[in-house]
Amino acid sequence: MSAISIVLICFAVFALSRAVLRFRRGGLPLLHLGLWVLFWSAVIVVVVQPSVTSRLATLLGVGRGADVVIYLSLMSLFYLLFRMFGKIEDLERQITRVVRAAALKELDDTLSRRDP
Amino acid sequence: MLWSRALGTKVIVIPAYNEEATIAQVVREAVQVADVVVVVDDGSRDQSAALAKQAGALVVRHAVNRGLGGALGTGIAAAVKLGATAIVTMDADGQHRAEDARRVLVRVEQGDVDFVIGSRLIPGDAGGKMPLRRIIFNSIGNVLTYVLFGVWVSDSQSGLRGLSRGAAESLDLRTNGMEVSSEFIKELKEKRWRYAEIAIPAIYTEYSMSKGQSLFVGVKTAAKLIIRRFIG
Repeated sequence: MSAISIVLICFAVFALSRAVLRFRRGGLPLLHLGLWVLFWSAVIVVVVQPSVTSRLATLLGVGRGADVVIYLSLMSLFYLLFRMFGKIEDLERQITRVVRAAALKELDDTLSRRDP
Repeated sequence: MLWSRALGTKVIVIPAYNEEATIAQVVREAVQVADVVVVVDDGSRDQSAALAKQAGALVVRHAVNRGLGGALGTGIAAAVKLGATAIVTMDADGQHRAEDARRVLVRVEQGDVDFVIGSRLIPGDAGGKMPLRRIIFNSIGNVLTYVLFGVWVSDSQSGLRGLSRGAAESLDLRTNGMEVSSEFIKELKEKRWRYAEIAIPAIYTEYSMSKGQSLFVGVKTAAKLIIRRFIG
């Protein structure tokens, strides 16, 4: 086993433990925990047994195992980016709602002071 | 004060973010044609709010900067609260004339339309000269608005618009930035507002040009519009 494999496995185990910890503290829904466990387990399997990707590649009709990994990574990254864009938009909207409510409240106060 | 005398029927809403160079003059002219002028100080770090107030505006303050869309939403909500029956939005940088705001208010008050666009691009009319670059930018804005929302208007990016009280009450702005201009058009389509366009001159001062949309802002706005169209 090469040094990079060991580093990758250690990292995957670390990430797994973090996910479990967050789940225990109630900061992660069960579904998300399941997805993370699946993801990092897959990483470990691929690191230990890289030939799996070749078999997957043949199955999917992609040339090489490494390509499958890259395609899948890109897809998940784009998906995450998409999700984050949506999340940030939601947050922006919520902040505006809060700021607006405060501004209109101040206006109400001003008006009631001027026109008692 | 003006607004304590008459809780206005005609309200002009002016979103302002660091506009101390022009805001006082714009407000002084606006108060001549409306019952109340609401300036939304969108988290400015300069004297915009104080100057607007001195000039006779009712200032509504955003604690932090939210962008054009956020400020317009607040200003229009404030106008509704004040009892407005006709609302006009105009820019704080001096690119709109109070006289044109008045014409839009009058058009809204006629009561047969819900939304009025002050268009800088109605051909062969009172519209003034617009630099070629701006004509191209605005045309792209129009085409994009048409493709995304299915309504063709001659100036989808105009900041001078009029709303009836009904339109203002049903308005549901979700965007915070410059995309809001196209969002008004989306609302127009969704809520089936009756609308009219009024030719206004395009006034480009050196100041408004320096503050206006750069190519980068334009591209960013377009990208946001497209992405949001598909995410909702």
